[in-house]
Amino acid sequence: MKISLDNVVKTFDTFRAVHGVSLQIESGELVALLGPSGSGKTTILRMVAGLEYADGGHIYFGEEDATDIPVRDRGVGFVFQHYALFPHMTVAENIAFGMKVSKIRRSAEAIRERVEELLALVQLSGLGQRFPGQISGGQRQRVALARALAVDPRVLLLDEPFGALDANVRRDLRRWLRKIHDELGITTLFVTHDQEEALDLADRVVILDKGRIVQQGTPEEVCRSPENAFVMRFLGDANALPATVRDGKAYVQDVEFDAQGLADGAAEVLFRPADVAWREDGQGVPAQILRVLDRPDSRRVLAKTTGGQSIEFDTAPEFPHRKGEAGFIDIRRPRVYATG
Amino acid sequence: MKRRVLPGLPLSLGITLVYAAIIIVLPLVALVFKAASLGFADYWRIVSSDRAVASYLVTVSCALAATLFNLVFGMALAWVLVRYRFPGRRVVDALVDLPFALPTAVAGISLTTLFAVNGWFGGPLSALGVKVAYTPLGIMVAMAFTSLPFVVRTVQPVLEELDPTLEEAAQTLGGSDLSVFARVVLPLLTPALLAGVSLSFARSLGEFGAIIFIAGNQPFETEITALLAFIRLEEYDYPASAAIASVMLITAFVMLAVTNLMQARALRYTVRN
Repeated sequence: MKISLDNVVKTFDTFRAVHGVSLQIESGELVALLGPSGSGKTTILRMVAGLEYADGGHIYFGEEDATDIPVRDRGVGFVFQHYALFPHMTVAENIAFGMKVSKIRRSAEAIRERVEELLALVQLSGLGQRFPGQISGGQRQRVALARALAVDPRVLLLDEPFGALDANVRRDLRRWLRKIHDELGITTLFVTHDQEEALDLADRVVILDKGRIVQQGTPEEVCRSPENAFVMRFLGDANALPATVRDGKAYVQDVEFDAQGLADGAAEVLFRPADVAWREDGQGVPAQILRVLDRPDSRRVLAKTTGGQSIEFDTAPEFPHRKGEAGFIDIRRPRVYATG
Repeated sequence: MKRRVLPGLPLSLGITLVYAAIIIVLPLVALVFKAASLGFADYWRIVSSDRAVASYLVTVSCALAATLFNLVFGMALAWVLVRYRFPGRRVVDALVDLPFALPTAVAGISLTTLFAVNGWFGGPLSALGVKVAYTPLGIMVAMAFTSLPFVVRTVQPVLEELDPTLEEAAQTLGGSDLSVFARVVLPLLTPALLAGVSLSFARSLGEFGAIIFIAGNQPFETEITALLAFIRLEEYDYPASAAIASVMLITAFVMLAVTNLMQARALRYTVRN
């Protein structure tokens, strides 16, 4: 089921959480809404579910205008960050809930069979008679997914589904969710503030800031060509050096960077910690090493430019230089963005 | 030796047990002994006399009706206080406790004044042909008034802790408002409701001060058991008074035991492994 948002707006009291967002999710696609807290990503997800009503704009499921369809008739599967399993029902009863309250009558036998099938899908066969309080966090989230899938939803919505789990379980569940999605081919929209999770899992990433979409594209597109400094910073560690643009060139302390198409004025040069080479002489921004931190597979160097800017960069484990040494940082793949 | 975070457990355990024995168990034992001094035949004659049986019926049926009323109204009140923000909410919240604070005789006299045929409520009601004061209906009103806080105050904290995403989850799964309430909210409130209902019922069974003013106290019609025990006391017939009181004691005890069992059943899911 294809989902389209057309200029959707949401305001809470006086706070505008979502400013005219338009978005298309193709049938069978897995899309991540990525943004810091307060970016409006969860509000968008809840509007698609029908848990919040849009103040303006339209939401379409296929060709059908779903904007005013109440949540219970919308046919979405929703997975909550803190699982929201019914604590007084067994795992099997939780999964069966949607089928029991459905307008479509199913025999007890049919419901039982479907529950078994779903338990097998989420690899929890044999745990049907446990209560949610008796299983682990990762198992609970899988039950929540099975419960959402039980009603054959038109679209699957996940709100920070792995946010409450620890790192190892997160990674496993992430890969596993991708597998389930590929098996079932259900249109899926999920919300996360974890860029690694979004890039790992999604076909397409939609990056939000302050209630607006700032960039969308495949993980490769957003990683390789971030359109602005916010995206560049949000997707991973980034160093920034203030610069001045003159005639299509940006200058940081007399070092020249290409800035084709940028208007003259203030700008900043952003680059990843991995995109720096340390030179004892030659070209680059002059800097001094403040500290060297050791990592299992690299050394991270904290340095300060002679202009007073702190920067961090990664080097090979064999990096021989020490605290206090002076040299030059040679920046590969610099990105220049206008400021202000 | 095992160290505990809070010191003095044996001492505090001893003090509280002795205290509970002196305040609660001793008077009850005295009551049982007094009633036992009658011998079985006399005891049975007193507790099964027509007037006593009529008083049990009046008391229990009115207490049931008042409790049922408080179950519905108390839950609605708790729901409104927890889930809605409206001007004056804190005032309403404070008002709920008023029946606790008010001397029951004051409540009884006020209710009688209001519900008497010439009172603010009684006037219009009698025009409709409904008589409240000096009828079993009056007893119910007095019981409902004095035991209202129990259901509200036991349900309120549980409702505050109830995760609203549970209701949202049920809605996304296609649940109508009614089925979300019946299958998700109500079962989770059941233990608190049972606790509130049993306290409310126990209080209604034992209520005296508020009722005797509004009831009219006609034997066989509007005479409650507590009043009958009091009348025997005034006649210096202590064993008979104790015998009637013992019936109330047994009723209250059985009722509390039953609701405890039901509560344990409703809380099965919290038992781990």
